[in-house]
Amino acid sequence: MVLSNNYIISTLQMSKEEKKVKRRDFLFTASYVVGAVGIGAVIWPMIDQMNPDKAQKALATTEVDISQIEPGKSITVLWRGKPVFLKRRTPEEIQEARAVSLDDLPDPQKDEERVKEGKDEWLVMLGVCTHLGCVPLKDKGDYNGWFCPCHGSHYDVSGRVRKGPAPTNMEIPKFEFVDNNTIKIG
Amino acid sequence: MSEHEYVPKSKAAKWFNDRLPLLTLGAHLTDYPTPKNLNYWWTFGGILTFCLITQIVTGIVLAMHYVAHADLAFGSVEHIMRNVNYGWLIRYIHSNGASMFFLAVYIHIFRSLFYGSYKSPREIIWILGLLIYLLMMAAAFLGYVLPWGQMSFWGATVITNLFSAIPLVGDSITTWLWGAYSVDNPTLNRFFSLHYLFPFLILGLVVLHIWALHIPGNNNPVGIDIKKPSKDTVPFHPYITIKDAFALLMFMIIFAGFVFFSPNVLGHSDNYIPANPLVTPAHIVPEWYLLPFYAILRSVPDKLGGVILMFSAIFILFVLPWLDTSKVRSAVFRPIYRQFFWILVIDVLMLGYVGAMPAEGVYLALARVGTIYYFLHFIVVLPVVGLLEKTDPIPMSISEPVITGGAEPSLARKINEKV
Repeated sequence: MVLSNNYIISTLQMSKEEKKVKRRDFLFTASYVVGAVGIGAVIWPMIDQMNPDKAQKALATTEVDISQIEPGKSITVLWRGKPVFLKRRTPEEIQEARAVSLDDLPDPQKDEERVKEGKDEWLVMLGVCTHLGCVPLKDKGDYNGWFCPCHGSHYDVSGRVRKGPAPTNMEIPKFEFVDNNTIKIG
Repeated sequence: MSEHEYVPKSKAAKWFNDRLPLLTLGAHLTDYPTPKNLNYWWTFGGILTFCLITQIVTGIVLAMHYVAHADLAFGSVEHIMRNVNYGWLIRYIHSNGASMFFLAVYIHIFRSLFYGSYKSPREIIWILGLLIYLLMMAAAFLGYVLPWGQMSFWGATVITNLFSAIPLVGDSITTWLWGAYSVDNPTLNRFFSLHYLFPFLILGLVVLHIWALHIPGNNNPVGIDIKKPSKDTVPFHPYITIKDAFALLMFMIIFAGFVFFSPNVLGHSDNYIPANPLVTPAHIVPEWYLLPFYAILRSVPDKLGGVILMFSAIFILFVLPWLDTSKVRSAVFRPIYRQFFWILVIDVLMLGYVGAMPAEGVYLALARVGTIYYFLHFIVVLPVVGLLEKTDPIPMSISEPVITGGAEPSLARKINEKV
């Protein structure tokens, strides 16, 4: 009784001096914060379970034998479920790629930056259109490179976008030459 | 809501109804006063309910035979088609049922546009309907991925890549959706789970949609407020139920026509080729019901811009009740709006057509014109026409034009008096 009377008196006083923080306000806020942290802690595992699992991450590298590829030819291999184009370019094609002015490119990038130094004939890139993820067709399009049949993006002989809705050049994955005949992607 | 208090006849029924008033609800649904002039465009609500239940029932049955695994999914669908008893029938009902569902929902939406059913006080009904429509598109997309054919795979790739257009976090979101670094087995597995979930979310929204409808009651072809119950209304049962049932039978004839005589005409033959991540089909198109939005997406030569415009085309419908400034609901009394309505219908059909064609030359030009007009209709035409249009006189009640043989100007009230 004494306590509740005190409480009533104190609330009456409080209502006069408005905005003063009460013990009860603190308890409410503290409860909301603890509740929010708790909910967040439970929701995060629910969200993160949809990210690539350990088995998916384990497929991170692929080794490719490139000894059979003639100049001017290309092969396609699967890496992390995505196609990777390995093209052995002819000197003319390399020349053509390097003759392009950077001003003509929607996503300016030199051909030199897209290949490994001293291995200029090898173009290794993700065969995935940067628009909406289709696989472009080789030796098609207006620029002697690739053409995406889905929404009409044109890529040149260096895999750089030249025309169409694709925002960027086809991506160069992380790769290295294990020896002269083998490339490791990833 | 009906005015009278329902009292069950038997003692047992009364006992039950006092504890859970299901019988009151049943009586409300039976007696629900409905405008007596509803035409056949108003039967699509019932038809859509039928479509939803058909999809849920056939879907549950298909899930008993389908295997959601990248290596087995395509084979399991063929297993359903060849080995499962009546599997071919159930699957064809389910796949064509999706198309029938969209056919009905488009008629339902355009009926609302013509008769102004989205206007006050029915905005929430309209918004709930749009949410249902959004979930329908999501469910249809997810379902289309499950057979794991070429169109399934590449459709999934293109649609999930739409999210990669989001600046900064786009790629992380796409990878999160995939559960892999491309559309792969984890993607298929979760799509199956969500495809099973969404119809039940739709069902919940349908309950809210009908609940919200029963607050103001149905709009009607004349578009005026009516007293309920009155000589302008009839009880839902048997008058509307029998009309809905007849329309549903007609609809089922068309449905059965597709299922039994051309079950694959609305699909793509490429989807009978197993998914191959190395080869994209030469010509990727979504299902017919998504084509207008696909045309809008492709009409923009910029990735992010195209995605934003495509989603805007849907989300602009959410603010439609506030874009339309006209106080008169029904296009029957709106001579100018009526013409723009039909232009919009033609525009959307044209967008659907060019969405199925390659994005080049004249098709691209048409897609751009169609896209611009689509947005103009909602942002410019609707607000301006609503303000400037001289509407025809509208009748005092539904009975009046019938009894007097037309909307006599002497009987009609001015539009702003009591709408």
